[in-house]
Amino acid sequence: MSDSSKKIANEAEKAEDLKQQKANGNKLLIYLKKYGIIFALILLIVGISIAEPKFLNPTNIFNVLTQSSIYGIMALGMTLIIISKGIDLSVGSILAFAGIVAASLGQVSTATNKFFPNLGEMPVIVPILAALAIGAILGGINGGLIAYTGIPAFIATLGMMTMARGVTLMYTSGKPVTQLTPDFMFLGGKIGVIPVPVLIYALMAGITWVLLNHTSFGKNVYAIGGNIKAAEISGVNVKKNLLILYAFCGLMAAVAAIVFAGRVGSVHPGAAVGYELTAIAASVIGGTSFDGGIGTVGGAVIGALVLGVLRNGLTLLGVQAYWQQILEGLIIIVAVIIDMRKNSKKK
Amino acid sequence: MEEQKYLVEMKNILKNFPGVQALRGVDLNVGYGEIHALVGENGAGKSTLMKCLIGMHPPTSGQIFFEGNELNNYNTSDALKMGIAMIHQELSPVLHRSIMENIWLGREPKTKFGFVDHQKMYDMTKEVLKTINLDVDPKMLMVDLTIAKTQMIEIAKAISYNAKVIIMDEPTSALTKKEIVQLFGIMRQLKADGKSLIYISHKLDEIFEISDKITVFRDGKLIGTDNKEKFDVQSLIKMMVGRDVTEMFPKIDCEIGEIKLAVTGLSDTGGRFNDVSFNVRKGEILGIAGLVGAGRTEVIETLFGIRRKMSGQVMIDGKEIDIESPMDAIKNKMALLTEDRRLDGIFPSLTVFQNTIIANLRSYIKKNGLLDNTKALKDVNHYVEAIKIKTPSIFQRVENLSGGNQQKVLVARWLLTEPEILILDEPTRGIDVGAKAEIHRLITALAGQGKSIIMVSSELPEVMGMSDRIMIMHEGKVTGIIDNRKDLSQEEIMTFATGNSSANQAKM
Repeated sequence: MSDSSKKIANEAEKAEDLKQQKANGNKLLIYLKKYGIIFALILLIVGISIAEPKFLNPTNIFNVLTQSSIYGIMALGMTLIIISKGIDLSVGSILAFAGIVAASLGQVSTATNKFFPNLGEMPVIVPILAALAIGAILGGINGGLIAYTGIPAFIATLGMMTMARGVTLMYTSGKPVTQLTPDFMFLGGKIGVIPVPVLIYALMAGITWVLLNHTSFGKNVYAIGGNIKAAEISGVNVKKNLLILYAFCGLMAAVAAIVFAGRVGSVHPGAAVGYELTAIAASVIGGTSFDGGIGTVGGAVIGALVLGVLRNGLTLLGVQAYWQQILEGLIIIVAVIIDMRKNSKKK
Repeated sequence: MEEQKYLVEMKNILKNFPGVQALRGVDLNVGYGEIHALVGENGAGKSTLMKCLIGMHPPTSGQIFFEGNELNNYNTSDALKMGIAMIHQELSPVLHRSIMENIWLGREPKTKFGFVDHQKMYDMTKEVLKTINLDVDPKMLMVDLTIAKTQMIEIAKAISYNAKVIIMDEPTSALTKKEIVQLFGIMRQLKADGKSLIYISHKLDEIFEISDKITVFRDGKLIGTDNKEKFDVQSLIKMMVGRDVTEMFPKIDCEIGEIKLAVTGLSDTGGRFNDVSFNVRKGEILGIAGLVGAGRTEVIETLFGIRRKMSGQVMIDGKEIDIESPMDAIKNKMALLTEDRRLDGIFPSLTVFQNTIIANLRSYIKKNGLLDNTKALKDVNHYVEAIKIKTPSIFQRVENLSGGNQQKVLVARWLLTEPEILILDEPTRGIDVGAKAEIHRLITALAGQGKSIIMVSSELPEVMGMSDRIMIMHEGKVTGIIDNRKDLSQEEIMTFATGNSSANQAKM
């Protein structure tokens, strides 16, 4: 964090705090409200650790982080989209398509079901670039449709979700692609004890943070979500920014696809169904508002971790998968209720 | 039944919001069949008091009597049933449903089978509309009505509830002169029918025209209440702001330079205006007057690239330029303060800081592509001080600021872009007297710096007080461009604005 941005953040907090202190004078309550989701995460970790000490085992912690990284990366793009008052339902399908194309270009030469039989072993950069290109292009198409035809983001990305899945199935005639090169598998592996997916996630979170807080693109995203008409009149190139925004979200889905393929070692054309909803859930738990103009990268990361800790912890505790889903749904709703109270205009 | 002197009696009303004392022991007595005006600057407590009355915000302490009975623990729908109705400043009808469905929303007449009785609803609506002499088809959709008609439908709705007191919050702010006359007619008729009206307004001339009694608030306190004859404009303003506002329009004559912007034969694609030509010089304030619907806003929006032009030429500094989007306009050093702050001005959920820098991000991009926050902070802080934006911090959400301060944030946004042509559409609408004078001072100071200013305003005193020249429009055409003079009368401008000046051709 640069000095100036620290100053901004500090002053912002000070101002907010001062106002709230005046408002009700109860400091603890203020902090609970403001950092509620962090407290919830800590509480969750403490609770699960007491019930099952194995949770705090470093191997398990890294497991949680690795598991969180795939939808966590998707949630980064999704958070920016929701800040702009949009939605992207297609990221699960984009992940599958980008992932399966990457996998088809990243098989070992001796693979039994070689997708391109005459293709030798490609350096890992080839599947990576292919996946990123697919993500950016499909996302860009989403953004283009939304920006230039004016159809709602929900509809545009619903269409893309269905089409991209169809293309994925067509690409391999419904078959999975397996036996990836060791270099590719490394992307889902470890450096020493540290899982590579976690490093990639951290890097992506950092990039997204800078993008959102330190570039005009980021300011424009907030402005578009805050009041799209005012943004236009203020000279924001709304169309161009929407195009970049959705392309970025597609790109993040592609990064998630690479991590996914590297970790699993294969990609099935039916992979990542419903991941878009998990990404939306992580964003929303992290305090991103569907009203637009509100949300942070830090929130998105914490939201993803809440889901990761919850899933891992409940599994460790031997809780039925059905219960896990019920609890997850409940947490999404409660998180939004708390957030709405926090964001409601104080009169 | 014992005869009551007052229909509404509010005694020693105290209202605390977290951190703010909005009302500090206020009394209000409204008699039967009386039009009672509430005046005061924004934040004086008028609207809060009314929200207490309609049960929206229960008072922290104090008593409310209605027809002699003390009211306790009631909500807005209870108030409505008792006969207390409020017509809010910002109307929110169900746009894509009909007039009748809007009026009877939630209490639709039913047939004996429990279905909605549309015929009965239609007849009942006709009847209600007749009481205010409004001749519209009850089946018309709300979305097709003008703001004035929408407001009258709201009044009809209040009548349909048998309202005994109707509160109107700034009802004339978006109406034309003609519509205001019509509204006042309805108000007088309601009064004759024995209903009481509470009327909140910033427009002092209207207050003197329509009201019987005036109550003045300042800082949540009652400053004075009496028959209107006991007040005059100067004394009223003094009571409202707590000081003498000697200069409402502090226009300073400044040196007028060469032609900055010249528009010839401008027409838009929607046919909202036709063949509009005018020019603005450096250091000049050009006022644009006209009735609502005359096409004033459309002209400047086309000029700024928000609307598409069909034909016409725009020249800046003698060079023809093509503006197809606000981006182009901003590149050509133009700035537009829009008419509707909330709709297309502010970003409510964002901070004062973000709201201010948004039109000028371009100039804060460093060589490495990131934003120069230090410089942006410095600039924003400079303007917050320079034009006296009252905010606890520049990181306050702009929605928590008062209307006048929100408007100043928007002014700061545009000043940051260092514009040479400033277009201001209703720059002081809905702003209290004190802030208004400050904005006027700012405008004249900017002209003094050699900036060219185009100011659209529906308030004739403002146009006449601030402009060097006045362009008047009527039904999409320029009917006159006249030099401002001391002896110019409102009537003269109105002749042009109503299109009754065929003899007077435009004098350039």
